[in-house]
Amino acid sequence: MGKINFTNFNKRKIMKTTKWIYTLAFALVVTLAATGCHTHKPVGVTQLPGESAPTVPDQTSQNTLPPGNQLSQSEQVQPGSLATENLAEFEGMIEDTNALAANTIHFPFDSSVIRKSEKTNLEAVATALGADTNLKLLIEGNCDERGTEEYNRALGERRALAAREALAKLGVDPSRVRTISYGEDRPVDPGHDESAWQKNRRDDFVLLHPKM
Amino acid sequence: MKNNNLHLLKIYLPIFLVVIAADFARGQNEINIEQNITVMGLMKPVPVALDGFSGEVASVLKFDLYVQGFSFVSDDAAQYIINGSNSDRVQGRVIDRFAKSTILSRSYIGANLRRQAHAFADDIVLAITGKKGIAQTKITFKARSEIYVADFDGHNYQAVTHDSAIVAAPAWAPGKLALYYTSYKLGNPDIFYHDLRTGQRQLIAGYSGLNTSAAVSPDGLKVAMILSKDGSPNVYVCNADGSDLKRLTTTSEDSSPCWSPDGQWICFATKINERRILAKVSASGGEVQRISTAGVSNPTEPDWSPDGKWIAFTSQMGEFDICVVPADGGDATTLVRGEDPSWSPNSRTLIFTRETNYQHALSVLDAPTKQVKDIPRILENDSQPAWAK
Repeated sequence: MGKINFTNFNKRKIMKTTKWIYTLAFALVVTLAATGCHTHKPVGVTQLPGESAPTVPDQTSQNTLPPGNQLSQSEQVQPGSLATENLAEFEGMIEDTNALAANTIHFPFDSSVIRKSEKTNLEAVATALGADTNLKLLIEGNCDERGTEEYNRALGERRALAAREALAKLGVDPSRVRTISYGEDRPVDPGHDESAWQKNRRDDFVLLHPKM
Repeated sequence: MKNNNLHLLKIYLPIFLVVIAADFARGQNEINIEQNITVMGLMKPVPVALDGFSGEVASVLKFDLYVQGFSFVSDDAAQYIINGSNSDRVQGRVIDRFAKSTILSRSYIGANLRRQAHAFADDIVLAITGKKGIAQTKITFKARSEIYVADFDGHNYQAVTHDSAIVAAPAWAPGKLALYYTSYKLGNPDIFYHDLRTGQRQLIAGYSGLNTSAAVSPDGLKVAMILSKDGSPNVYVCNADGSDLKRLTTTSEDSSPCWSPDGQWICFATKINERRILAKVSASGGEVQRISTAGVSNPTEPDWSPDGKWIAFTSQMGEFDICVVPADGGDATTLVRGEDPSWSPNSRTLIFTRETNYQHALSVLDAPTKQVKDIPRILENDSQPAWAK
């Protein structure tokens, strides 16, 4: 009964209200005439569904949802829709986070422009990759905590892509380079001041070795 | 015969007068509703007296009504008196003091007292404002490293993922018990569809680079999102199952797409001529058009109201503020501190993220009156709420 009320809006609702008011008015007058006072008993009853019963589609009931199934690449639907991606070429590669840890580059606030002073770091990364096409690179873009979350996720990606582009100019084939943005989710310094923020606005470089 | 007529008049004249009075009172309500629609942030709350309820029922009613534009006063100062009881079940009435009439009288059985109180709150809102209430709606949000769903007030929360992975930007599929969200579980930010009834999940976008910020079209058939597979983060659209992918923008620094309720437009944050702005693009592609947000700068995270009239967004001028602007652009109104607003289904209330002591928590804001209630922090860093519609 209550549900019908919820779904009636605007004109229908107003028409209903008018009808209802007339009915109420009549009932009120009749009651007053008959008894000289009016009743306190509620006129309507709403029956709510039990706790475990799903109600409307956007309502979940308490603690009855199954957990999400295991995620895996093989569950990709729509064969062909992922044709443009080359992530598969990077799958299973061994991440070496130490090799290029000293070459992390840092960015100005809210910017993905690479400072000229980072040139030596980028050259070191390009040299490490060298001509051995078995070696690949993962660039992790990161932000400080200022900026909204999804904005920062895009900003981190722009920082990683900027480094990929700079490396391409140094002769690194972009198809050997994968980017990932962690936005503001992975600060190296959990502080909340400029010295922490400076460290957090960065690209980390991870050398990828072929799987054994 | 004459005597008889007089007798009839005695009965029908009072009926006629009551009906006139009731119609007049309803007319006043309609004026209130009209003002709610046109003046964000400046409306006065509707004063009500709440009598006879206790414990959880009283606190539920207070929360639900406060975030829908009601304030609590004594009987003398009230426009409406809400009284009743909750001994074994919730029952109550709403009396319009001006029209001197009972406009709602109802009791509730089944479920539990909390849900009965929410149902009563919705009936109160409908009886007084003519608008469907939000007390029985749901939200999704991220907390720590999982996606959660909960009642709109944060109660009955439940993790729907158990991946221990970075997650982001959950969004409801309209009218379905299903979500889209970003998960790093497979080593890359990918967009998944998650049927909450069965637990089945499908990869929707797992391209090289960034796949995030899924937004489902109002008819549920399309998904807008941010991908960077072609070299920069831009707005793309695909079918609900991930097929038929199409790039919509080549602007720089795009983020956070959302849909107009008619499904014609996608609004997003971007940068044009070195200025961060809100813009919109036709869902079928075309020119990017600016949406003016006069008076504030650095807008991000737009959300288009379901009635089509407003766009809520975050502006950043030092701090984050929740703002609204008419959907065609114009003067922006700053409401309260906070970020990442999401409209309720009835286009009145917003849920958003508020930062205190460097931790995110959720808050609910009644946009017309600027009344805010915090949702008790569920875990550390609850953020990115999205209202089920």
